[in-house]
Amino acid sequence: MTNRVFAALRAVSKRYGAISALDGMNLEIREGELLSLLGVNGAGKTTALSLITGQLQADAGSVELFGGDPTEPQQRAHLGVMLQEAELPEKLKVRELIHQQSQYFASALGINETLELSGLADLAARRYEQLSGGQKRRVQFALALAGNPRLLLIDEPTTGLDVGARRQFWQVVRELKARGVSIVLTTHYLEEADALADRIVVMGQGRVLADGSPTAIKSRAQGRRVSARTALSLETVQSFAHVSQASASEGRIALRSPRVEDVLRQWLAADPTLAELTVEALSLEDAFLTLTQESVQ
Amino acid sequence: MSLRVYAWESYYELLKTLRQPAFVIPSLAFPVVFYALFAIVLPGNWGGYQKATYLLATYGVFGVIGPALFGFGVGLAMEQQQGLLRLKRVSPMPISAYFFAKIVMSLVFASIIYGLLSLVGIVFGDVAIGAFEWLRLGGVLLIGVLPFCALGLWIGSMVGGQAAVAIVNLVYLPMAVLSGLWMPLFVFPQFIQDLAVVWPAWHLAQMALGVVGQVKGVPMVMHALVLLMMAALFLVLAAINLRR
Repeated sequence: MTNRVFAALRAVSKRYGAISALDGMNLEIREGELLSLLGVNGAGKTTALSLITGQLQADAGSVELFGGDPTEPQQRAHLGVMLQEAELPEKLKVRELIHQQSQYFASALGINETLELSGLADLAARRYEQLSGGQKRRVQFALALAGNPRLLLIDEPTTGLDVGARRQFWQVVRELKARGVSIVLTTHYLEEADALADRIVVMGQGRVLADGSPTAIKSRAQGRRVSARTALSLETVQSFAHVSQASASEGRIALRSPRVEDVLRQWLAADPTLAELTVEALSLEDAFLTLTQESVQ
Repeated sequence: MSLRVYAWESYYELLKTLRQPAFVIPSLAFPVVFYALFAIVLPGNWGGYQKATYLLATYGVFGVIGPALFGFGVGLAMEQQQGLLRLKRVSPMPISAYFFAKIVMSLVFASIIYGLLSLVGIVFGDVAIGAFEWLRLGGVLLIGVLPFCALGLWIGSMVGGQAAVAIVNLVYLPMAVLSGLWMPLFVFPQFIQDLAVVWPAWHLAQMALGVVGQVKGVPMVMHALVLLMMAALFLVLAAINLRR
Protein backbone atom coordinates (compact mmCIF):
# COMPACT_ATOMS: atom_id res chain seq x y z
CA MET A 1 0.00 0.00 0.00
CA THR A 2 1.41 3.37 -0.93
CA ASN A 3 1.01 6.09 1.63
CA ARG A 4 -1.06 9.12 0.75
CA VAL A 5 0.69 12.28 -0.38
CA PHE A 6 0.02 15.03 2.18
CA ALA A 7 1.89 17.79 0.39
CA ALA A 8 3.66 18.16 -2.92
CA LEU A 9 5.72 20.62 -4.90
CA ARG A 10 5.74 19.79 -8.59
CA ALA A 11 8.25 21.51 -10.88
CA VAL A 12 7.96 24.62 -8.75
CA SER A 13 9.90 27.78 -9.45
CA LYS A 14 9.90 30.90 -7.34
CA ARG A 15 11.90 34.09 -7.84
CA TYR A 16 12.40 37.14 -5.67
CA GLY A 17 13.25 39.78 -8.23
CA ALA A 18 16.51 38.67 -9.85
CA ILE A 19 17.16 35.92 -7.31
CA SER A 20 15.88 32.44 -8.03
CA ALA A 21 14.87 30.78 -4.75
CA LEU A 22 13.41 27.61 -6.21
CA ASP A 23 14.20 26.26 -9.64
CA GLY A 24 12.13 23.29 -10.78
CA MET A 25 11.73 21.88 -7.29
CA ASN A 26 9.99 18.52 -6.88
CA LEU A 27 9.06 17.14 -3.48
CA GLU A 28 6.39 14.81 -2.14
CA ILE A 29 5.65 14.53 1.56
CA ARG A 30 3.85 11.31 2.47
CA GLU A 31 1.74 10.13 5.32
CA GLY A 32 3.67 8.93 8.34
CA GLU A 33 7.16 9.94 7.32
CA LEU A 34 9.70 12.06 9.12
CA LEU A 35 11.45 13.99 6.42
CA SER A 36 14.36 16.28 6.94
CA LEU A 37 14.94 19.08 4.49
CA LEU A 38 18.62 19.80 4.64
CA GLY A 39 20.52 22.65 3.05
CA VAL A 40 22.74 25.63 3.70
CA ASN A 41 21.16 29.05 4.23
CA GLY A 42 19.71 30.25 0.95
CA ALA A 43 19.19 26.75 -0.41
CA GLY A 44 15.44 27.38 -0.67
CA LYS A 45 14.19 25.42 2.35
CA THR A 46 12.17 28.24 3.87
CA THR A 47 10.76 29.19 0.47
CA ALA A 48 9.62 25.59 -0.03
CA LEU A 49 7.87 25.65 3.35
CA SER A 50 6.32 29.05 2.64
CA LEU A 51 4.76 27.63 -0.51
CA ILE A 52 3.39 24.55 1.26
CA THR A 53 1.90 26.73 4.02
CA GLY A 54 0.23 29.04 1.52
CA GLN A 55 2.19 32.17 2.37
CA LEU A 56 3.66 32.39 -1.11
CA GLN A 57 2.44 31.51 -4.55
CA ALA A 58 4.62 29.69 -7.04
CA ASP A 59 5.70 31.45 -10.23
CA ALA A 60 5.54 28.14 -12.08
CA GLY A 61 4.59 24.56 -11.25
CA SER A 62 1.97 23.40 -8.75
CA VAL A 63 1.79 23.28 -4.97
CA GLU A 64 -0.58 20.95 -3.17
CA LEU A 65 -1.54 20.50 0.48
CA PHE A 66 -3.93 17.69 1.42
CA GLY A 67 -5.00 17.56 -2.20
CA GLY A 68 -5.85 21.26 -2.50
CA ASP A 69 -4.51 24.79 -2.71
CA PRO A 70 -2.67 25.76 0.50
CA THR A 71 -3.57 29.43 0.08
CA GLU A 72 -7.16 28.41 0.99
CA PRO A 73 -7.36 28.58 4.81
CA GLN A 74 -9.48 25.42 5.14
CA GLN A 75 -6.73 23.38 3.42
CA ARG A 76 -4.55 24.13 6.44
CA ALA A 77 -6.98 22.54 8.93
CA HIS A 78 -4.61 19.62 9.60
CA LEU A 79 -1.36 21.50 9.30
CA GLY A 80 0.85 22.54 12.20
CA VAL A 81 3.68 25.00 11.60
CA MET A 82 6.57 26.20 13.72
CA LEU A 83 8.25 29.16 12.08
CA GLN A 84 11.90 30.04 12.37
CA GLU A 85 11.18 33.41 13.92
CA ALA A 86 7.82 34.21 15.43
CA GLU A 87 7.52 36.06 18.71
CA LEU A 88 4.22 35.66 20.50
CA PRO A 89 2.29 38.30 22.46
CA GLU A 90 4.38 38.90 25.56
CA LYS A 91 1.55 39.66 27.93
CA LEU A 92 -0.42 36.49 27.34
CA LYS A 93 0.08 33.39 29.46
CA VAL A 94 1.17 30.07 28.04
CA ARG A 95 -2.24 28.50 28.59
CA GLU A 96 -3.97 31.49 26.96
CA LEU A 97 -1.73 31.34 23.91
CA ILE A 98 -2.45 27.64 23.43
CA HIS A 99 -6.16 28.16 24.00
CA GLN A 100 -6.26 30.95 21.43
CA GLN A 101 -4.45 28.83 18.85
CA SER A 102 -6.73 25.84 19.53
CA GLN A 103 -9.76 27.88 18.44
CA TYR A 104 -8.51 27.83 14.85
CA PHE A 105 -8.81 24.06 14.57
CA ALA A 106 -11.96 21.91 14.56
CA SER A 107 -9.98 18.86 15.70
CA ALA A 108 -7.68 20.57 18.23
CA LEU A 109 -6.03 18.70 21.08
CA GLY A 110 -7.16 19.50 24.59
CA ILE A 111 -5.22 22.37 26.17
CA ASN A 112 -3.79 20.12 28.87
CA GLU A 113 -2.73 17.50 26.37
CA THR A 114 -0.85 20.10 24.34
CA LEU A 115 0.76 21.42 27.53
CA GLU A 116 1.86 17.92 28.56
CA LEU A 117 3.13 16.96 25.15
CA SER A 118 5.27 20.05 24.82
CA GLY A 119 6.52 19.86 28.41
CA LEU A 120 4.88 23.13 29.43
CA ALA A 121 2.48 21.93 32.14
CA ASP A 122 4.49 23.66 34.87
CA LEU A 123 4.72 26.90 32.92
CA ALA A 124 1.05 27.17 31.90
CA ALA A 125 0.35 30.18 34.14
CA ARG A 126 3.47 32.12 33.14
CA ARG A 127 3.37 35.05 30.82
CA TYR A 128 5.33 34.61 27.60
CA GLU A 129 7.61 37.51 28.54
CA GLN A 130 8.70 35.66 31.68
CA LEU A 131 10.05 32.64 29.78
CA SER A 132 13.62 31.83 28.79
CA GLY A 133 14.58 31.57 25.12
CA GLY A 134 14.31 27.78 25.14
CA GLN A 135 10.94 27.88 26.89
CA LYS A 136 9.65 30.36 24.31
CA ARG A 137 10.65 27.99 21.53
CA ARG A 138 8.71 25.28 23.35
CA VAL A 139 5.59 27.46 23.41
CA GLN A 140 5.97 28.10 19.68
CA PHE A 141 6.24 24.34 19.23
CA ALA A 142 3.15 23.84 21.39
CA LEU A 143 1.19 26.16 19.09
CA ALA A 144 2.21 24.01 16.14
CA LEU A 145 0.85 20.95 17.97
CA ALA A 146 -2.31 22.55 19.31
CA GLY A 147 -4.41 21.78 16.25
CA ASN A 148 -3.62 18.05 16.37
CA PRO A 149 -1.96 18.24 12.94
CA ARG A 150 -1.53 15.34 10.56
CA LEU A 151 1.37 17.20 8.99
CA LEU A 152 3.79 19.19 11.09
CA LEU A 153 6.29 21.57 9.48
CA ILE A 154 9.14 22.81 11.60
CA ASP A 155 11.55 25.41 10.29
CA GLU A 156 14.98 25.26 11.95
CA PRO A 157 13.60 23.98 15.25
CA THR A 158 16.74 23.88 17.33
CA THR A 159 18.55 27.02 16.17
CA GLY A 160 19.59 28.78 19.35
CA LEU A 161 18.88 25.82 21.64
CA ASP A 162 21.53 24.27 23.83
CA VAL A 163 22.37 20.58 23.49
CA GLY A 164 20.09 19.46 26.32
CA ALA A 165 17.09 21.34 24.98
CA ARG A 166 17.83 20.00 21.52
CA ARG A 167 17.77 16.35 22.71
CA GLN A 168 14.55 17.04 24.57
CA PHE A 169 13.02 18.46 21.43
CA TRP A 170 14.07 15.41 19.43
CA GLN A 171 12.39 13.19 22.00
CA VAL A 172 9.05 14.93 21.48
CA VAL A 173 9.40 14.76 17.72
CA ARG A 174 9.95 10.98 17.94
CA GLU A 175 6.88 10.70 20.15
CA LEU A 176 4.78 12.58 17.59
CA LYS A 177 6.03 10.35 14.83
CA ALA A 178 5.00 7.33 16.90
CA ARG A 179 1.50 8.84 17.03
CA GLY A 180 1.46 8.83 13.24
CA VAL A 181 2.09 12.53 12.56
CA SER A 182 4.00 13.29 9.36
CA ILE A 183 6.82 15.67 10.13
CA VAL A 184 9.02 17.83 7.97
CA LEU A 185 11.86 19.66 9.60
CA THR A 186 14.32 21.92 7.91
CA THR A 187 17.76 22.10 9.35
CA HIS A 188 21.31 22.82 8.41
CA TYR A 189 22.58 20.29 10.93
CA LEU A 190 23.17 16.92 9.27
CA GLU A 191 23.44 15.50 12.76
CA GLU A 192 19.87 16.53 13.48
CA ALA A 193 18.57 15.11 10.21
CA ASP A 194 20.49 11.90 10.86
CA ALA A 195 19.19 11.52 14.40
CA LEU A 196 15.53 11.93 13.51
CA ALA A 197 14.62 11.45 9.90
CA ASP A 198 13.76 8.37 7.94
CA ARG A 199 14.23 10.33 4.76
CA ILE A 200 16.61 13.18 3.99
CA VAL A 201 16.19 15.61 1.13
CA VAL A 202 19.24 17.72 0.47
CA MET A 203 18.52 21.05 -1.19
CA GLY A 204 20.87 23.45 -2.91
CA GLN A 205 20.35 26.26 -5.43
CA GLY A 206 16.59 25.79 -5.18
CA ARG A 207 16.55 22.17 -6.27
CA VAL A 208 16.66 18.71 -4.74
CA LEU A 209 20.26 17.49 -4.85
CA ALA A 210 19.79 14.19 -3.09
CA ASP A 211 16.84 12.30 -1.68
CA GLY A 212 17.19 9.11 0.32
CA SER A 213 17.61 7.42 3.68
CA PRO A 214 20.13 8.93 6.12
CA THR A 215 22.44 5.97 5.47
CA ALA A 216 22.35 6.46 1.74
CA ILE A 217 22.95 10.21 2.03
CA LYS A 218 25.85 9.78 4.43
CA SER A 219 27.53 7.15 2.29
CA ARG A 220 27.44 9.59 -0.61
CA ALA A 221 29.09 12.20 1.54
CA GLN A 222 31.82 10.12 3.11
CA GLY A 223 35.41 11.15 2.77
CA ARG A 224 38.46 12.63 4.39
CA ARG A 225 40.24 15.93 4.44
CA VAL A 226 43.93 15.82 3.47
CA SER A 227 46.43 18.60 3.70
CA ALA A 228 50.19 18.79 3.14
CA ARG A 229 53.13 21.09 2.25
CA THR A 230 53.91 20.38 -1.39
CA ALA A 231 55.96 21.59 -4.34
CA LEU A 232 53.13 20.88 -6.76
CA SER A 233 50.81 23.51 -8.13
CA LEU A 234 47.17 23.58 -7.14
CA GLU A 235 46.22 22.74 -10.74
CA THR A 236 48.31 19.56 -10.66
CA VAL A 237 46.81 18.39 -7.39
CA GLN A 238 43.34 19.17 -8.62
CA SER A 239 43.95 17.00 -11.68
CA PHE A 240 44.39 13.87 -9.52
CA ALA A 241 41.53 11.42 -9.59
CA HIS A 242 38.95 11.56 -6.74
CA VAL A 243 39.85 15.07 -5.58
CA SER A 244 37.16 17.51 -4.65
CA GLN A 245 37.51 21.02 -3.30
CA ALA A 246 41.25 21.58 -3.33
CA SER A 247 42.55 24.89 -2.06
CA ALA A 248 46.00 26.38 -1.46
CA SER A 249 47.16 28.64 1.33
CA GLU A 250 50.55 29.45 2.90
CA GLY A 251 52.41 26.78 0.92
CA ARG A 252 49.95 24.06 1.87
CA ILE A 253 47.31 22.45 -0.24
CA ALA A 254 44.15 21.07 1.37
CA LEU A 255 41.61 18.88 -0.36
CA ARG A 256 38.70 16.60 0.29
CA SER A 257 38.31 13.17 -1.19
CA PRO A 258 35.98 10.20 -0.85
CA ARG A 259 38.95 7.90 -1.72
CA VAL A 260 41.85 9.36 0.16
CA GLU A 261 44.23 6.42 -0.29
CA ASP A 262 44.07 6.71 -4.07
CA VAL A 263 44.78 10.41 -3.86
CA LEU A 264 47.74 9.92 -1.54
CA ARG A 265 49.33 7.32 -3.83
CA GLN A 266 49.21 9.78 -6.72
CA TRP A 267 50.36 12.73 -4.62
CA LEU A 268 53.33 10.99 -2.97
CA ALA A 269 54.44 9.56 -6.34
CA ALA A 270 54.33 12.99 -7.96
CA ASP A 271 56.00 14.95 -5.17
CA PRO A 272 58.93 13.34 -3.26
CA THR A 273 59.27 16.51 -1.15
CA LEU A 274 55.74 16.29 0.25
CA ALA A 275 55.78 17.08 4.01
CA GLU A 276 53.63 17.76 7.03
CA LEU A 277 50.87 15.48 5.83
CA THR A 278 47.63 15.39 7.81
CA VAL A 279 44.57 13.26 7.14
CA GLU A 280 41.42 13.85 9.13
CA ALA A 281 37.85 12.67 9.01
CA LEU A 282 35.29 15.07 7.59
CA SER A 283 32.97 16.48 10.14
CA LEU A 284 29.34 15.92 9.31
CA GLU A 285 29.13 19.54 8.28
CA ASP A 286 32.06 19.08 5.90
CA ALA A 287 30.51 15.92 4.51
CA PHE A 288 27.31 17.75 3.83
CA LEU A 289 29.14 20.60 2.12
CA THR A 290 30.97 18.11 -0.06
CA LEU A 291 27.70 16.58 -1.06
CA THR A 292 26.08 19.85 -2.02
CA GLN A 293 29.13 20.99 -3.95
CA GLU A 294 29.58 17.72 -5.82
CA SER A 295 26.00 17.85 -6.93
CA VAL A 296 26.40 21.34 -8.30
CA GLN A 297 29.23 20.31 -10.57
CA MET B 1 -15.44 29.31 10.19
CA SER B 2 -17.51 29.87 13.24
CA LEU B 3 -17.99 33.19 14.97
CA ARG B 4 -16.24 31.68 17.99
CA VAL B 5 -12.86 32.32 16.40
CA TYR B 6 -13.71 36.01 15.93
CA ALA B 7 -14.93 36.27 19.51
CA TRP B 8 -11.88 34.61 21.09
CA GLU B 9 -9.48 36.47 18.84
CA SER B 10 -11.07 39.74 20.01
CA TYR B 11 -10.97 38.64 23.64
CA TYR B 12 -7.25 37.90 23.52
CA GLU B 13 -6.51 41.07 21.59
CA LEU B 14 -8.22 43.03 24.37
CA LEU B 15 -6.55 41.02 27.10
CA LYS B 16 -3.05 41.56 25.77
CA THR B 17 -3.75 45.26 25.21
CA LEU B 18 -5.21 45.78 28.69
CA ARG B 19 -2.08 44.19 30.19
CA GLN B 20 0.08 46.93 28.69
CA PRO B 21 -0.01 49.90 31.06
CA ALA B 22 2.22 51.85 28.69
CA PHE B 23 -0.65 51.72 26.20
CA VAL B 24 -3.66 51.86 28.49
CA ILE B 25 -2.66 54.75 30.75
CA PRO B 26 -1.75 57.34 28.10
CA SER B 27 -4.70 56.32 25.91
CA LEU B 28 -7.15 56.96 28.72
CA ALA B 29 -5.38 59.67 30.69
CA PHE B 30 -4.37 62.13 27.94
CA PRO B 31 -7.81 63.02 26.63
CA VAL B 32 -9.45 62.89 30.06
CA VAL B 33 -6.82 65.04 31.83
CA PHE B 34 -6.71 67.63 29.04
CA TYR B 35 -10.48 67.75 28.90
CA ALA B 36 -10.77 68.14 32.66
CA LEU B 37 -8.21 70.93 32.58
CA PHE B 38 -9.63 72.98 29.71
CA ALA B 39 -13.35 72.35 30.14
CA ILE B 40 -13.88 71.74 33.86
CA VAL B 41 -11.14 73.61 35.69
CA LEU B 42 -11.57 76.53 33.29
CA PRO B 43 -15.32 76.49 32.53
CA GLY B 44 -17.26 79.05 30.59
CA ASN B 45 -18.08 80.08 27.05
CA TRP B 46 -16.31 81.24 23.92
CA GLY B 47 -18.89 83.47 22.34
CA GLY B 48 -21.71 81.14 21.31
CA TYR B 49 -19.79 78.02 22.18
CA GLN B 50 -20.21 76.26 25.49
CA LYS B 51 -16.74 75.03 26.37
CA ALA B 52 -17.58 71.82 28.22
CA THR B 53 -19.85 70.56 25.43
CA TYR B 54 -17.65 71.79 22.58
CA LEU B 55 -14.57 70.13 24.05
CA LEU B 56 -16.46 66.93 24.90
CA ALA B 57 -16.94 66.53 21.15
CA THR B 58 -13.36 67.42 20.16
CA TYR B 59 -11.60 65.55 22.98
CA GLY B 60 -13.94 62.67 22.21
CA VAL B 61 -12.50 62.62 18.69
CA PHE B 62 -8.97 63.02 20.04
CA GLY B 63 -9.51 60.18 22.50
CA VAL B 64 -11.06 57.63 20.17
CA ILE B 65 -8.61 57.96 17.29
CA GLY B 66 -5.56 57.31 19.51
CA PRO B 67 -6.17 53.60 20.18
CA ALA B 68 -7.14 53.11 16.54
CA LEU B 69 -3.86 54.60 15.32
CA PHE B 70 -1.60 53.14 18.02
CA GLY B 71 -3.34 49.85 18.69
CA PHE B 72 -4.04 49.09 15.08
CA GLY B 73 -1.09 50.74 13.36
CA VAL B 74 1.72 50.09 15.79
CA GLY B 75 0.25 46.71 16.76
CA LEU B 76 0.19 45.52 13.17
CA ALA B 77 3.70 46.81 12.46
CA MET B 78 5.11 45.13 15.56
CA GLU B 79 3.37 41.84 14.93
CA GLN B 80 4.39 41.78 11.33
CA GLN B 81 7.99 42.36 12.36
CA GLN B 82 7.85 39.68 15.06
CA GLY B 83 6.45 37.10 12.65
CA LEU B 84 3.18 36.75 14.56
CA LEU B 85 1.18 37.77 11.51
CA ARG B 86 2.88 35.01 9.50
CA LEU B 87 1.98 32.53 12.21
CA LYS B 88 -1.65 33.57 11.86
CA ARG B 89 -1.44 33.28 8.11
CA VAL B 90 -0.19 29.69 8.16
CA SER B 91 -3.04 28.66 10.48
CA PRO B 92 -6.54 27.92 9.19
CA MET B 93 -7.80 31.07 10.93
CA PRO B 94 -9.36 33.49 8.43
CA ILE B 95 -7.06 36.50 8.44
CA SER B 96 -10.12 38.75 8.69
CA ALA B 97 -10.45 37.58 12.32
CA TYR B 98 -7.09 39.18 13.08
CA PHE B 99 -8.23 42.56 11.77
CA PHE B 100 -11.69 42.18 13.28
CA ALA B 101 -10.10 41.71 16.72
CA LYS B 102 -8.08 44.90 16.30
CA ILE B 103 -11.20 46.84 15.32
CA VAL B 104 -13.04 45.49 18.36
CA MET B 105 -10.14 46.54 20.57
CA SER B 106 -10.22 50.07 19.10
CA LEU B 107 -13.99 50.28 19.62
CA VAL B 108 -13.81 49.08 23.22
CA PHE B 109 -11.15 51.66 24.03
CA ALA B 110 -13.16 54.33 22.25
CA SER B 111 -16.20 53.43 24.38
CA ILE B 112 -14.21 53.55 27.62
CA ILE B 113 -12.72 56.92 26.72
CA TYR B 114 -16.08 58.38 25.74
CA GLY B 115 -17.52 57.04 28.99
CA LEU B 116 -14.78 58.68 31.07
CA LEU B 117 -15.03 62.00 29.23
CA SER B 118 -18.81 61.98 29.69
CA LEU B 119 -18.44 61.19 33.37
CA VAL B 120 -16.07 64.10 33.85
CA GLY B 121 -18.08 66.49 31.69
CA ILE B 122 -21.56 65.67 32.91
CA VAL B 123 -20.93 64.91 36.59
CA PHE B 124 -18.19 67.41 37.35
CA GLY B 125 -18.74 69.90 34.56
CA ASP B 126 -21.59 71.80 33.01
CA VAL B 127 -22.15 69.75 29.88
CA ALA B 128 -25.83 70.12 29.06
CA ILE B 129 -26.90 67.68 26.40
CA GLY B 130 -29.85 65.32 26.31
CA ALA B 131 -29.59 61.55 26.41
CA PHE B 132 -30.40 61.36 22.70
CA GLU B 133 -27.61 63.78 21.76
CA TRP B 134 -25.23 61.94 24.04
CA LEU B 135 -26.01 58.67 22.26
CA ARG B 136 -25.71 60.31 18.83
CA LEU B 137 -22.29 61.71 19.76
CA GLY B 138 -21.25 58.24 20.94
CA GLY B 139 -22.46 56.78 17.65
CA VAL B 140 -20.52 59.34 15.59
CA LEU B 141 -17.36 58.73 17.62
CA LEU B 142 -17.56 54.94 17.37
CA ILE B 143 -18.27 54.88 13.64
CA GLY B 144 -15.62 57.57 13.30
CA VAL B 145 -13.02 55.18 14.74
CA LEU B 146 -13.13 53.09 11.59
CA PRO B 147 -11.39 55.47 9.13
CA PHE B 148 -8.58 55.82 11.69
CA CYS B 149 -8.30 52.05 11.94
CA ALA B 150 -7.78 52.17 8.17
CA LEU B 151 -5.17 54.90 8.53
CA GLY B 152 -3.43 52.86 11.25
CA LEU B 153 -3.57 49.80 9.03
CA TRP B 154 -1.87 51.71 6.23
CA ILE B 155 0.89 53.04 8.51
CA GLY B 156 1.36 49.63 10.12
CA SER B 157 1.60 47.91 6.75
CA MET B 158 4.21 50.39 5.55
CA VAL B 159 6.97 50.24 8.18
CA GLY B 160 8.39 48.23 11.06
CA GLY B 161 7.42 48.55 14.71
CA GLN B 162 9.63 51.38 15.96
CA ALA B 163 9.17 53.45 12.82
CA ALA B 164 5.42 53.01 13.15
CA VAL B 165 5.52 54.49 16.67
CA ALA B 166 7.36 57.52 15.30
CA ILE B 167 5.06 57.98 12.31
CA VAL B 168 1.90 57.59 14.35
CA ASN B 169 3.13 60.20 16.81
CA LEU B 170 4.06 62.45 13.92
CA VAL B 171 0.60 62.08 12.44
CA TYR B 172 -1.55 61.90 15.57
CA LEU B 173 -0.51 64.91 17.62
CA PRO B 174 -0.08 67.52 14.86
CA MET B 175 -3.27 66.35 13.19
CA ALA B 176 -5.12 66.63 16.51
CA VAL B 177 -3.90 70.18 17.07
CA LEU B 178 -4.41 71.32 13.48
CA SER B 179 -7.92 69.84 13.39
CA GLY B 180 -8.91 71.89 16.42
CA LEU B 181 -9.24 68.95 18.81
CA TRP B 182 -7.20 70.52 21.63
CA MET B 183 -8.11 74.17 21.07
CA PRO B 184 -10.92 75.40 18.83
CA LEU B 185 -9.64 76.24 15.36
CA PHE B 186 -10.69 79.91 15.61
CA VAL B 187 -7.72 80.62 17.89
CA PHE B 188 -5.37 79.69 15.00
CA PRO B 189 -4.30 81.83 12.03
CA GLN B 190 -6.58 81.74 9.01
CA PHE B 191 -4.34 79.52 6.87
CA ILE B 192 -4.39 76.78 9.49
CA GLN B 193 -8.16 76.97 9.59
CA ASP B 194 -8.23 76.71 5.79
CA LEU B 195 -5.83 73.78 5.83
CA ALA B 196 -8.04 71.78 8.21
CA VAL B 197 -10.07 70.25 5.38
CA VAL B 198 -7.21 67.86 4.60
CA TRP B 199 -7.29 66.21 8.04
CA PRO B 200 -9.69 63.33 8.55
CA ALA B 201 -9.86 64.26 12.26
CA TRP B 202 -11.28 67.69 11.35
CA HIS B 203 -14.10 66.09 9.34
CA LEU B 204 -14.96 63.80 12.24
CA ALA B 205 -14.79 66.70 14.70
CA GLN B 206 -17.19 68.74 12.57
CA MET B 207 -19.66 65.88 12.66
CA ALA B 208 -19.23 65.49 16.43
CA LEU B 209 -19.75 69.23 16.98
CA GLY B 210 -22.74 69.12 14.68
CA VAL B 211 -24.61 66.42 16.59
CA VAL B 212 -24.22 68.23 19.92
CA GLY B 213 -25.40 71.49 18.34
CA GLN B 214 -22.18 73.45 18.94
CA VAL B 215 -21.70 74.09 15.22
CA LYS B 216 -24.86 74.79 13.28
CA GLY B 217 -25.63 73.58 9.79
CA VAL B 218 -22.83 71.04 9.54
CA PRO B 219 -23.00 69.23 6.17
CA MET B 220 -22.98 65.78 7.78
CA VAL B 221 -23.29 63.78 4.58
CA MET B 222 -20.38 65.62 2.98
CA HIS B 223 -18.07 64.98 5.96
CA ALA B 224 -19.18 61.35 6.14
CA LEU B 225 -18.43 60.90 2.44
CA VAL B 226 -15.00 62.49 2.79
CA LEU B 227 -14.18 60.12 5.68
CA LEU B 228 -15.49 57.17 3.70
CA MET B 229 -13.31 58.06 0.73
CA MET B 230 -10.25 58.59 2.91
CA ALA B 231 -10.87 55.21 4.58
CA ALA B 232 -11.18 53.54 1.18
CA LEU B 233 -7.93 55.15 0.05
CA PHE B 234 -6.06 54.01 3.19
CA LEU B 235 -7.42 50.48 2.77
CA VAL B 236 -6.28 50.31 -0.85
CA LEU B 237 -2.82 51.58 0.07
CA ALA B 238 -2.61 49.10 2.96
CA ALA B 239 -3.73 46.23 0.75
CA ILE B 240 -0.97 47.06 -1.73
CA ASN B 241 1.63 46.95 1.06
CA LEU B 242 0.30 43.77 2.62
CA ARG B 243 0.19 41.93 -0.68
CA ARG B 244 3.94 42.29 -1.17
